[in-house]
Amino acid sequence: MSFDFYRRHLLGMEGMSKGEILHILETARSFREVIMRPIRIVPTLRGYSVVNMFFEPSTRTRVSFELAEKRLSCESVNFSSGGSSVSKGESLLDTVQTIEAMQVDAVVIRHSAQGAPHFLAERIRSSVINAGDGYHEHPTQALLDMFTLWDKIGGLSGLKVAIVGDIAHSRVALSDIHSLKTLGAEVMLCGPKSLMPFKVESLGVKITSNLEEALEFCDVVYMLRIQLERQAGERFPSIREYRQRYCLTMERIKKFKKDDFIVMHPGPMNRGVEISAEVADSRYSLILNQVTSGVAIRMAVIYLISGGKDRGKF
Amino acid sequence: MSIYTLCGGHIIDPQTDTDIIADIQIEEGVITKIGGKLSGGEVIDLKGKVIIPGLFDMHVHLREPGREDTETVFSGCQAAAAGGFTGVACMPNTQPAIDTASVVKFILDSAKNLPVDVHPIAAITTGRKGERLSEMGELLSSGAVGFSDDGSPLMNTDLMRRALEYASDFNAVIIQHSEDPYLFKGCMHEGIVSTKLGLPGIPSLCEELMVERDVRLVEYTGGRLHTAHVSSKGTVEIIRNAKRKGLNVTAEVTPHHLFLTDNSVMGYNSNFKMNPPLRTEEDRQALIEGFLDGAIDCIATDHAPHAFEDKETDFGSAPFGVIGLETALGLILNEFVLKNKMNWADMIDRMSVKPRAILNLPEMKIAEGERANLTIIDPEVEWEVNPAEFKSKSRNTPFTGMHLKGRAYGIFNKGQFVINT
Ligand SMILES: [Zn+2]
Ligand SMILES: [Zn+2]
Repeated sequence: MSFDFYRRHLLGMEGMSKGEILHILETARSFREVIMRPIRIVPTLRGYSVVNMFFEPSTRTRVSFELAEKRLSCESVNFSSGGSSVSKGESLLDTVQTIEAMQVDAVVIRHSAQGAPHFLAERIRSSVINAGDGYHEHPTQALLDMFTLWDKIGGLSGLKVAIVGDIAHSRVALSDIHSLKTLGAEVMLCGPKSLMPFKVESLGVKITSNLEEALEFCDVVYMLRIQLERQAGERFPSIREYRQRYCLTMERIKKFKKDDFIVMHPGPMNRGVEISAEVADSRYSLILNQVTSGVAIRMAVIYLISGGKDRGKF
Repeated sequence: MSIYTLCGGHIIDPQTDTDIIADIQIEEGVITKIGGKLSGGEVIDLKGKVIIPGLFDMHVHLREPGREDTETVFSGCQAAAAGGFTGVACMPNTQPAIDTASVVKFILDSAKNLPVDVHPIAAITTGRKGERLSEMGELLSSGAVGFSDDGSPLMNTDLMRRALEYASDFNAVIIQHSEDPYLFKGCMHEGIVSTKLGLPGIPSLCEELMVERDVRLVEYTGGRLHTAHVSSKGTVEIIRNAKRKGLNVTAEVTPHHLFLTDNSVMGYNSNFKMNPPLRTEEDRQALIEGFLDGAIDCIATDHAPHAFEDKETDFGSAPFGVIGLETALGLILNEFVLKNKMNWADMIDRMSVKPRAILNLPEMKIAEGERANLTIIDPEVEWEVNPAEFKSKSRNTPFTGMHLKGRAYGIFNKGQFVINT
């Protein structure tokens, strides 16, 4: 393994080179072998301290990071919302001071404000890993998505991927678009025009509002979670009509007779809204692979961000 | 099998470049032959009559469900047929509003066996409240042909943007009743006449600001905008400029705005009270110019029936709106077509072709193999507008007593003949 990864932070996928992405994927592959061993912990980052700051509830992502940190033997602490001061509107400046006082090596941050990780990265000595900032980016999700695909089918060059749903309010979509484009895949976005970000076509993606057109185009369909609680009525009429237009059902997949079709979803799913339970649990679905990939990718990211030097024995 | 032969009519259809005197044979509602000396079935002599593609009024209020005392789908269709219209699009400000598939289906069912096609326009927002988008996809698939909160404007600019965007997924049109509610404080045009009458005025700006805003939205996000009942010179200019820029913007004008001005309000007759209000002669001339040169796409009546007892009150308290289905064609023939200010082809464009195109409805052509959807005009008959003879349940017309030349002789549609007697 070559250690040509010089990033101190992982803030987003925009601007990350193909070489860097592939290096992270290769590293994740090694770590996945570790996870498969009977003893799943390596002493690699013993003494490396990480604080997980989740200003927004996200059980899946937080647990995935915690597991990754434990398996690398990091010292990790959680600084999560849900009763603590962070949920009561701690300012980012307070957060900067807190982190500096804690003297940690790395901060994993999930925040509802776009750019919050960037704000920290400019002001603290620790490394910053973006675990999702508002509707902006979610780079580790994109990396685990790339890992899942890469692992399943090898190179992504020429692969046709449709991302379906509320693109405008998805941090996953933007990170996935950047990653897929960098790795040579073709991307089509699908959703109501009222949920498309402004001028998103200038990112070099195709756009359609018709799910059938997207399914006809793609080898891989990536269904986004529709936010049940917000937007209905203002950006699109209703969950009911959304389901009628965009729910990925077996009937819709079968119409295009694609045998090696792949279905992905970042979770958590609204079964019966954007994806039918039957599809989610079908042979087309890589959704569980995505979850497994998550830990390996996050181990790779933390390891590489730390400088990639073994503090213990790999 | 039902067979009709229409003999000796003057057939005009710019869509098929037809302008001949010939016979038309119709079997089971379909034109099977156009030519000389046809016979068979029921023979109808139409010598001296003009046969054109069926007229379409894209803006009527049928008041059903909710105010069946003033109009119903049935009586509205009778009025339409009498006025020479083979199709209408009805606005959703009913009670309940046309904002669910079941109301759309109710209206379609009510019109099923009538000789006039009725196409519901559904509400942009649920209950026309301007708060939440209606289920446009489902409304379209159940038979709605466009969206409007008519009666009220959609003021929320972000929601209007999203409505244009969402409707564009289906290439459906958003029809705006353009009115800035904060400037809507009066009951007639704000001008010298309103000052003399002491009535509070509605400035032209009230309309123009919203049209300007909506045109800018279309320019920014795409989508299709149709401006209902254009009333002012300024609006005509805005529409003209938008079209020059290639924007997807269309507009309609009502007969009453083409023929009347705020001077008619002198005397406080509430049959001259409508929204938008009658404006000045300068505005009227600009509307005529736009109507003639095509800046304004079509005629729509904004047929708005009101009960006699509701209109029979002081001008300020009376409801806005006048009926128009039974007078529109006569007015246009008398003033424009028969005086050679507009040719038949343009008249057919403004009253039949364009309104259907705006609502994505199929073209109605006079040609062999096409559905027979025809308006038959008697261009010679002279008549006087007499509300007592109207088929509409309401009588609130501003054209009572007007002498006109030319009117609808009848219509043919859905295999049915309606001849005015
Ligand atoms: Zn209106
Ligand atoms: Zn109206």
